[in-house]
Amino acid sequence: MIADSVLRVRDLSVEIALPSGTLHAVSNVDLEAMRGETLAIVGESGCGKTMTALAAMRLLPRRARLAAREISLSGTDLRALSDKAFSAIRGNRMSMIFQDPMTSLNPVYPIGDQLEEIHMRHRRAGRRRARERAEYLLDRVGIVNPRARLGQFPHQLSGGLRQRVMIAMALMCDPALIVADEPTTALDVTVQAQVLRLLKDLQAEFNMALILISHDLGVVARIADRIAVMYAGRVVETGSSGQIFGAPTHPYTRGLIDCIPYPGKTARRTRLGSIPGIVPSMIGDSRGCMFRNRCGWAEDRCRTDGNAERRIEEGHSYRCIHPVGHLQGAAS
Amino acid sequence: MTGGLFADEFRVDAPTPREVMRRRARRHLGFLTGTGFVLAVVLLAVFAPWVSPSDPFAQNLDARLLDPIWGKGGSWDHPLGTDSLGRDYLTRILFGARISLLIGFGAAVISGVVGSTVGIVGGYFGGRVDAVVMYLINVKLALPGILIALSLVSVFGGSLIALIAILGFLFWDRFAVVTRSVTQQVRGQEFVAAAEAVGASHTRIVVQEILPNVMSHIIVIASLEMAIAILVEAVLSFLGLGIQPPTPSWGLLISEGRSFMFFKPWLIALPGLALFFLVIAINLMGDGIRDITVPEGRGR
Amino acid sequence: MGRFFVQRLGVALLVAITVSIIGFALLRVSGDLAADLAGEDATPREVAEIAALYGLDKPLHEQYLDWAANALGGDLGQSLFTNEPVMDLILERVGVTILLSLYSLVLALAIAIPLGVLAAIRANTAVDRAALGVAVFGQAIPNFWFGLILIYLFGVVLRWLPISGSTSFAHFVLPTVALGTAVMPALMRLTRTGMLEVLEADFVRTARAKGLSPGAVFFKHALRNAILPVVSLAAVSLGFLLGGSVIVETVFALNGIGLLAYESILRSDFPVVQSILVFVSLAYIVLTLASDLINARLDPRIRLG
Repeated sequence: MIADSVLRVRDLSVEIALPSGTLHAVSNVDLEAMRGETLAIVGESGCGKTMTALAAMRLLPRRARLAAREISLSGTDLRALSDKAFSAIRGNRMSMIFQDPMTSLNPVYPIGDQLEEIHMRHRRAGRRRARERAEYLLDRVGIVNPRARLGQFPHQLSGGLRQRVMIAMALMCDPALIVADEPTTALDVTVQAQVLRLLKDLQAEFNMALILISHDLGVVARIADRIAVMYAGRVVETGSSGQIFGAPTHPYTRGLIDCIPYPGKTARRTRLGSIPGIVPSMIGDSRGCMFRNRCGWAEDRCRTDGNAERRIEEGHSYRCIHPVGHLQGAAS
Repeated sequence: MTGGLFADEFRVDAPTPREVMRRRARRHLGFLTGTGFVLAVVLLAVFAPWVSPSDPFAQNLDARLLDPIWGKGGSWDHPLGTDSLGRDYLTRILFGARISLLIGFGAAVISGVVGSTVGIVGGYFGGRVDAVVMYLINVKLALPGILIALSLVSVFGGSLIALIAILGFLFWDRFAVVTRSVTQQVRGQEFVAAAEAVGASHTRIVVQEILPNVMSHIIVIASLEMAIAILVEAVLSFLGLGIQPPTPSWGLLISEGRSFMFFKPWLIALPGLALFFLVIAINLMGDGIRDITVPEGRGR
Repeated sequence: MGRFFVQRLGVALLVAITVSIIGFALLRVSGDLAADLAGEDATPREVAEIAALYGLDKPLHEQYLDWAANALGGDLGQSLFTNEPVMDLILERVGVTILLSLYSLVLALAIAIPLGVLAAIRANTAVDRAALGVAVFGQAIPNFWFGLILIYLFGVVLRWLPISGSTSFAHFVLPTVALGTAVMPALMRLTRTGMLEVLEADFVRTARAKGLSPGAVFFKHALRNAILPVVSLAAVSLGFLLGGSVIVETVFALNGIGLLAYESILRSDFPVVQSILVFVSLAYIVLTLASDLINARLDPRIRLG
């Protein structure tokens, strides 16, 4: 298995110094993305999932401070690389797709130019080769008449097309890993499914690792192999798709699953679940379980030792002293 | 069920906006120095007759062009020396501050009232009214300010009142541009729609909802325009078309010192430095007010 | 895009007409033109004859239309002082002013853009504060006084450069510094804020995510976008410089239209003043239109709509 590990992150924390105190954006996160597998990171906005991805890509905002015991890509220790050496990997062996395709492309350059420069930078190839590659990939991501599109500017394309361009960009150098941060959130509902399908197909075909960041467990359910649920900067539960949906253990995971409507299954008048309360401020003290103020099972101990990791079976673990569901009481 | 045991645990007491501003003001070095300097100049100007060593108009032809205290033959009788008519230079500079401040303040108030009115009306009513406002702003921008000021001053004379009026009515455009766009933004917000729905009159909405939102912008621009008016007055007086002698204005002092500048450079250096530092201080104050009043997270 | 420009053009025309009316009005409020023309010891009858001769007894709007028609035909009237055609006076001297304005703009941009970019890249560091200090200095220093100080330092103490006149390039150096300093701060601040904003933009993050070099990220992706408003401001600044050069031209005795305007104001030669005023305004209007066109060329979102 180790041979197939693409991205491995151990004990990652990100802190941001604000005038009002230190914001613990990410606390002690462990992640592993495997070749040919889709890892989904799920949580509400502000839970630290994007920060985790940016940290792995070394794209954090300047004020952010990062600490980690390990960040490695296919065995290479990324922490040891200089900024210059790192930039030779970004866009090359690991690339990223952002949430808003409307603003993620440079408005003043044709998209062909924006695709080609990646290839020219990392492959030291001439413009002709880069152009061929760009055209091929635009075709692969389902854009009709790619040659004509290369000369167009971003504002001339629809949102769905632009996100396809972003995907083509990410593929320019055959990366081992693609991180897609809410890739469908800004798109029309009808386009969302297509783009997701496309990502999944490409991931299988190019045999890459895909990290999919989403706030929507329902979206993730369709294409994720493994899922990490994040809350307030921590991974509160992680497991295979089957484990998470079959035996959700953390009260928060359970709450998220209750929020998903199932067409045909959810009875008409059933009230969809919602999780009461608000996400706590992540500024200042971050000991104890951060979900305790919204949790129906909270008790005094949650304030101090709610964060210890517990393992249910191979690949399925959670951080809670009061696991819910069928396992209640059975946990250590 | 609204959460469990710890439902209230994470509530944080956020400081009020006023507290935030006060805290920022106390830490803002530029704002503190600028405001301090401006206040000092204002006090010196107000109390000029009492703090200055002599009469600004008293000539002494036996003591002409005396060097300042650091030059040769300088004495404490005339700490900054004397001008070509033997008048005490420190006194004349102190009295000159009165002219600069009066004109700067007066012109900023007039241009602020004119410009903000135009801008708010345009931004609030939109449509044709706004088209007229934009047209007025465009005409104003196309006119070369200094040339117009020079021409008008040469026609109407360089009295204090005339200068204040001319400068006031010349530099309202920045107020109009900014208040117009801020008003447009505020106008589109829900609380204005709510006020309208309740049947509040236009005047009431403008006074209660729009004005408080544009006020901080108006103050920032006013400080900028005050500095500009002070500079323009100095130019006009320097060119002989503004304040007329023997009244001491910094621009006029520089103009009078110009014929002696090659061997008595301090005659132009001193009033110029006074002008320079006053304008810097006003700008620092204005920049400071902007930094202090912007919402959190928006840098300078 | 076509409609947008037709609209702009319409507004510009309207503004131009208004400006010419204001210029005309200024001439009329300046005093009794006929009396000025007739000379100091003319009898009332002679004044009336002069008035009739120049059409000054007609209603004001007719006078304006006459004047405008002549002006469009290149006849701006005569100087009251030298009796030369105003057009000739202006054409003789406008070259100096245009040169001075262009030099000043180039100098200002050459300082403002690198400094603004540097300040943005190193935001909130000592470099940024130093750049801000330079801007505050340039904004606060009185133009005419700065000119005098430059004359004193470089012309008198160091004796490096000529201090007045306009016969060689060296004559333009000090005036260019004095005038360029006036427009530099605004350009610098705009570059800095534009750059800061763009550096936060998603597409710059994309550029970094692609692994591009810092040079390509800053200059190819960020600056190209941040520079758009600076180009507009530069065009507008040129218009401002044409009108604002009056002070510097006077201080350095540079024989441009600014100095001409000043001298004409002093001797109440209002036909000249009025013509220069209208000329500078029209130049400003044309330059703003030009800046729209340049921006459209540079920004595909406007060019291709």
